[in-house]
Amino acid sequence: MDEPDVLNRLKDAGLDVLTCMQCGVCSGSCPSGRYTSLNTRRIVRKAQVNTDMLHDKELWMCATCYNCQERCPRGIRIVDAIFTIRTIAVHEGIMLSEHRKVSHLLLKHGHAVPINDETRQKREKLGMEPLPETVHKYPQALKDVQKLLRSCGFDKLVAEK
Amino acid sequence: MTKLSLFLGCIIPNRYPGIEKATKLCLGKLGIDCTDLKGASCCPAPGVFRSFDKATWLALASRNIVLSEELGRDVLTVCNGCYGSLADANHELKEDAALKESTNSHLEKIGKEFKGAAEVRHIVEFLYDELGPEKLKEMVVKPLKLRVALHYGCHLVKPSNERNLGSVERPHFFDELVEAIGAKSVDYPDKMACCGAGGGVRSGLHDTAIEMVNHKLSRIQDADVDCIVDACPFCHLQFDGGQVEIKEKLGIDYSIPVLHYSQLLGLALGFSPEEVGIDLNLVRNSEFLEKLRELTEE
Ligand code: SF4
Ligand code: SF4
Repeated sequence: MDEPDVLNRLKDAGLDVLTCMQCGVCSGSCPSGRYTSLNTRRIVRKAQVNTDMLHDKELWMCATCYNCQERCPRGIRIVDAIFTIRTIAVHEGIMLSEHRKVSHLLLKHGHAVPINDETRQKREKLGMEPLPETVHKYPQALKDVQKLLRSCGFDKLVAEK
Repeated sequence: MTKLSLFLGCIIPNRYPGIEKATKLCLGKLGIDCTDLKGASCCPAPGVFRSFDKATWLALASRNIVLSEELGRDVLTVCNGCYGSLADANHELKEDAALKESTNSHLEKIGKEFKGAAEVRHIVEFLYDELGPEKLKEMVVKPLKLRVALHYGCHLVKPSNERNLGSVERPHFFDELVEAIGAKSVDYPDKMACCGAGGGVRSGLHDTAIEMVNHKLSRIQDADVDCIVDACPFCHLQFDGGQVEIKEKLGIDYSIPVLHYSQLLGLALGFSPEEVGIDLNLVRNSEFLEKLRELTEE
């Protein structure tokens, strides 16, 4: 299978990484980079020269704090670029197993963090109804959400490959 | 004043219901017209689902917004993640006709249509803009003399071109709201640093998230405060749940109480710590609860 063309996909999304001058302001501002191998400047570099990066685990170390994007002297929308590269990876079937699990929670419950017994009890202790006024309480609303997710092909996207 | 519908998201109703209760009590006391947003779902969470598939993100986000459009109300969020996800989606759909059309082609299957008639607000910027610190101050019945480490959280102010809330490096609007209820917002190093939960890091790379929050907690501990105040249940979970994990894994016991701004405001408006669910946090700190009781019973 052909490698997806990251650089062109970024361009299609209106994201120009070619203006990057490799100054390193982004990586210097990155809180995650203090603790991990994430090097934001290198991610932008890799996208510029279009090398394979879809398997880089660093893509998932970004906490989306937007420091880099706010400070980039070239105004590059770095976080948006990381989102786009992640999307390409996920569509190639590359994602963290924990993220696959969260996706299945969304498909089943319409919530990424569904209710549990402990919280039901906390709600009752507060004098609230055990279930909130969300899809948890309205089955038809949950069906609508599931229909939307299927319409977007999200169920197939996150299915175990 | 603007009519609102309350968007709960996932973590508030399903992990920290005290924040939901506190928010409703405060809105009622302040005379703000806000109803439930029945049948809403996950926003969907920006760090994960937004980065997996844009069409899915927009479809789910727009459905939540449409529910509020149908009520003729703006969406009130109480979470930075929900705020970022819904406000960004709303903005993109209003700006880009093609995106709106493709999103509506999904919504059509459930008999809905995104029109672009609603705004998405965050409770902190809403209170600041619509009420302001001075008015809020007048409504306080129990001034809370507390030293507070304030945590804005990234997505309340960034990306700045979407938010328009002033400086992202040294914002002050949230500090003003905290000081309005009689507390002192203490300056501390790395105040604007990320808690480490977002971007799918907490869900996907848990140890990294814990290292990041541990750093922030160590800074806060040095600042000698009574509690942390945040504007987001995900940051809240990261600070509160994170402390429990840090204690287990690293043997560091911070025991710093964590409050959402709704809870802090609730106390200042005369509600008890139990009514706003502060005793339901994972971090137990009886000294702090005792202090709150003294402050709110005086
Ligand atoms: S801050 Fe901007 S210009 Fe500098 S290295 Fe990073 S992406 Fe490139
Ligand atoms: S948005 Fe991501 S890459 Fe940029 S500074 Fe924050 S954690 Fe680092």
